[in-house]
Amino acid sequence: MSIFQSLVKKEALHIVRDTRTMVITLLMPIVLLLLFGFAISTEVNDVMVVAVVDQHTDETRDIIQRLNVNDYITFKGLIAPEDADRLLRSGLAEAVVYLKNEDGKVKSQIVVDASNTNTAQTATAYIRGIISGNAAKSPVITNTLYNPQLKSAYNFVPGILGMIFILICAIITSVSIVREKETGTMNLLLVSPVKPQTIILGKLIPYFLLSCIILTVMLLMAYTVLGLPVSASVVTVVEVSLLYIVLSLSIGLLVSTIVDTQLTALIVSAVMFMLPVIMLSGMIFPIDNMPVILQWISNIIPARWYIEAMRKLMVQQLDFSYVMKEIVILASMTVVLLVLAVGKFKSSTR
Amino acid sequence: MSVAIEVAGVTKRYGSLTALDNVSFKVENGEMFGLIGPDGAGKSTLYKILATLTAPDAGSATVCGLDTVKDYSKLRTLIGYMPEKFSLYQDLSVSENLHFFASLFGVSIKDNYDIIAPVFSQLERFPNRKAGALSGGMKQKLALSCALIHRPEILLLDEPTTGVDAVSRSEFWDMLSTLREKRITILVSTSYMDEATRCERIALINKGKILCINTPEGLVAGLDENLYNAVSAHMFELLTRLRELPEVEDCYTFGATLHVVGTKDFNPETVKRKLSEEGLKDVEIFLAKGDIEDLFIKLTRGER
Repeated sequence: MSIFQSLVKKEALHIVRDTRTMVITLLMPIVLLLLFGFAISTEVNDVMVVAVVDQHTDETRDIIQRLNVNDYITFKGLIAPEDADRLLRSGLAEAVVYLKNEDGKVKSQIVVDASNTNTAQTATAYIRGIISGNAAKSPVITNTLYNPQLKSAYNFVPGILGMIFILICAIITSVSIVREKETGTMNLLLVSPVKPQTIILGKLIPYFLLSCIILTVMLLMAYTVLGLPVSASVVTVVEVSLLYIVLSLSIGLLVSTIVDTQLTALIVSAVMFMLPVIMLSGMIFPIDNMPVILQWISNIIPARWYIEAMRKLMVQQLDFSYVMKEIVILASMTVVLLVLAVGKFKSSTR
Repeated sequence: MSVAIEVAGVTKRYGSLTALDNVSFKVENGEMFGLIGPDGAGKSTLYKILATLTAPDAGSATVCGLDTVKDYSKLRTLIGYMPEKFSLYQDLSVSENLHFFASLFGVSIKDNYDIIAPVFSQLERFPNRKAGALSGGMKQKLALSCALIHRPEILLLDEPTTGVDAVSRSEFWDMLSTLREKRITILVSTSYMDEATRCERIALINKGKILCINTPEGLVAGLDENLYNAVSAHMFELLTRLRELPEVEDCYTFGATLHVVGTKDFNPETVKRKLSEEGLKDVEIFLAKGDIEDLFIKLTRGER
């Protein structure tokens, strides 16, 4: 067996024998995908609405009718004006629609429980749409492209991919390299005639392969269980993901050359890479809504570009040419990180 | 080539701390050379330099005629290094560890089995046990086997017996003696003074400086002069009283007794009488045999 093969075999044994790592790396992506795909959703459904009407006309009846049949709204019925406040407070209603006749025209007011801003905004938009309905002279026809049902799973799959690879490649890889430093085995590897590059490749390749397995599982799940549309862009999805995996590995390598203990490696990777991925990459919170400074910071977060590219490829099903910008940015980040990491590793060994 | 290791004026600093201060010594081919000193004396730093893991700030080190800085890649196949901590893969089995280190050096276990046989024979019974589940003595034997598997000319052992029980320690030194018969040069460090006598020559090292280099016999020669044991039921009082006497140069606890280094005027009977006048009536003073620990205390006296 060649030196390289035995390095890879040794690392594979470490991975397989560490049950905790195995569970985290293999189970967590699947659980996250299912959790975000099915359980957690940002869609607003079943908004409980009541209405206060001072005088029934054809127009008000029409509006009530439409409230009644709307899928996103659960219409609880008409109420007396004095009950409105009580129902809102008790949570039995999330929005109250006031319809008032003035000079033969219906004027409306929406009172909404905004303790959850997200629900409040969406509910208001729904109700406004229902009320204006055909009353508007030039009706607005909304056409939701790419994700007509507004499924939140579509939105989360790219984000989870972006997070998982940072977790496996950056965190687990850096911890595994630092473990060798901590236990002193790194010194034994370094005093052997094996070149430092070979040692590092021998450490990175198994995690690269592990990431490839996870990528396959996640994509299979996304396209089958979560029902993302399959298109020719799948090839580009894989290519960009591989680039992102290499980038995450370089982050892991860089972290491992800077810190000396497994615990610091974990904390540094988690705080410097994991948190920004969740908070600033646009995975959950839209980047456009962030303060300008955070928007700048999000530019240097690799996951932001990866997630953007994944959305274009997986949800919009655009082809390669539309993600050129993201690919160039990710590739240059990879080169910079790799140069830094390898340089730092070499200077730390000699 | 008769000189296996030559260290010339090596200085190594870590920030404001000087780990090694102008250290020079030579180790002959096939010799078992001991580095004796307390924790923090600079032993591990010296090993790292010899193992090509770090470069000295000043001076040079040559192993097998090769410079540790310039010729490090050639040198790495010639040395077997066993670091201070138990540094093998705890989650790999005994045989996996051995195979891994053999393949790192591109050698086969079969070809080189003769060299590790005396060390490894006891481990053969459980090749599939995880290294982490071995006892301290067994771990150390496995580590030595892994350091030896590529037939090194020089064996660098950094505190190999730390954290190992007394029986295994003694066994370990017996194994080192058999390795010497195979003409392997051994540089071994320890903080156990009693192990020093198993080496051919030893260097006492403290605070980054070599205090002296000699054979174990040479080092302790002349130490017995005016060296006495003193015992009493009230040891602490005895210690303070003895230290106040003008004819006592130094006095320190040594196992269950006190060792007293006297000046030329030291007379056990006079001292006993003096102490008895002061109320210490049960004092016994008799001649002591000096060993390396006494020497170490003597050499570092000025710094205490």
